[in-house]
Amino acid sequence: MSKPTVVIIGAGQAGLQVVASLREAKFEGRLVLVGDEVHAPYQRPPLSKGYLLGDTTTAQVTLRPAQFFAQHNIELITGKHAIAIDRSRRLAAFEDDSVIEYDHLVLATGARNRALQVPGAELGNVFYLRSLDEAIALKERMVAGKNAVVIGAGFIGLEFAASAAKHGLNVTVLDVAERPMARAVSKTMSDIFQREHEKMGVTLCFKSQVMHLLGEQGNVRAVETVDGRVLPADLVVVGIGVIPNVQLAATCDLPVEDGILVDELMLTSDPNISAIGDVAAHVNDFAHGHRVRLESVQNAMDQARCVAARIVGKPAAYQAVPWFWSNQGSLALQMTGLRMSECEEVVRGDPAGTSVSVFSFHEGKLAYVESLNRAADHMLSRRLLSGRVALTPQQAGDISFELKSLLTPAR
Amino acid sequence: MVQVRFIQHDGTENVVEGNEGDSVMQTARDNMVPGIIGDCGGNCSCATCHGYVDADWLAKLEPVGENEEIMLDGVMNQEKNSRLTCQIKLKRELNGLVIRLPISQV
Repeated sequence: MSKPTVVIIGAGQAGLQVVASLREAKFEGRLVLVGDEVHAPYQRPPLSKGYLLGDTTTAQVTLRPAQFFAQHNIELITGKHAIAIDRSRRLAAFEDDSVIEYDHLVLATGARNRALQVPGAELGNVFYLRSLDEAIALKERMVAGKNAVVIGAGFIGLEFAASAAKHGLNVTVLDVAERPMARAVSKTMSDIFQREHEKMGVTLCFKSQVMHLLGEQGNVRAVETVDGRVLPADLVVVGIGVIPNVQLAATCDLPVEDGILVDELMLTSDPNISAIGDVAAHVNDFAHGHRVRLESVQNAMDQARCVAARIVGKPAAYQAVPWFWSNQGSLALQMTGLRMSECEEVVRGDPAGTSVSVFSFHEGKLAYVESLNRAADHMLSRRLLSGRVALTPQQAGDISFELKSLLTPAR
Repeated sequence: MVQVRFIQHDGTENVVEGNEGDSVMQTARDNMVPGIIGDCGGNCSCATCHGYVDADWLAKLEPVGENEEIMLDGVMNQEKNSRLTCQIKLKRELNGLVIRLPISQV
């Protein structure tokens, strides 16, 4: 098998990075990258931010120019939906009745929006925000002065809220939780974001459950909550999380739970099939060896690199430090490590302002850091975590202590 | 097209061309120039597209932005001529731009 064929299903950031890394590593086999969206691979993060405001164009979210694929002999097939895998014959089958033979298959099938399950959810002008097509449709409806109701105060909901408020819409965000980004960030950070969103003119309502959406001529007109509030809505944006796309793996009997189960080399139980990115349930060092599924660019890129390295004969267990970011208006939030329960939290900077980091220590060791407009803290924390460099809570909380002093530059 | 010369830490060179308006990071990525990662896609969030700009060229660039400045504080091996290459947009006057790459981005 001197020149094997690698087929990647899913042409998002993870799928694209596999082919890019393989060609960078001088892999000479056939590469087929198949995506079910009609667009060439693009980056999703700007869709809820610059893209909606017109600061970022479709060309700018496109990850590689068209000629890149031809130049590097990568077969990019878009708008093609995989429906089955024949593992014994190593064939991927598609909705258009075609099949592609593989030596190695990479599942980078990502995730899909969790659908709002209330009466009226099917009305017009109810949007989700994951794909480029969804962003295009939503952008068209973002007209200054209109009322937007956002369901879900997570990253996507709040990023949209900040963009919409900046664009002059009246924005209300509802969430069943008690605070913004409740599952993702510390209470300290949540409180800052609540205060700053209110300054942007966003109304936030917590412990607030949607009962139904009310419509008029097929389009949403209002959102009614269980506690009886009726919020006028010209448009509704739903950001209540995602569900991993495991169907393809499940139908060919690969083990799946919340995600496709993979080992530390991103292999499924079939040595000819890997899974990476949002869909991969992997054991992560930074989750104390627990199995997790991470929805992030970092995870997509680094797992893709892990698979590419293994395919070219340089296997190395996946150990990358998780990191994430969320830009909401002028708030640039960056996170690294994984948030654990029962952590000692130390604040660096003044939480009355917008330049703050929260360092979380688990059993005395640095586990997770969130930084608001303190990118240097974020960058240095990533290195502290990856190098297992000891930082004390006292050092973290002392703003005059130079984090950089703990690190040695490469020579 | 605008020509950019990337010089790796070990002295090897890659001379590539990019479109006006594209960033130096994009140009490196599109041409598979090693030594630049750029994982965040030019959103000024990862500081893995760090490069040093030769003095002759530095004056022709837009000044360092506020976001870029705080990101640069977090890079290792920071020098006076450090830039994040995702923030440098190619224009005709930059034809021949020389970017030296650090020993490591991470």
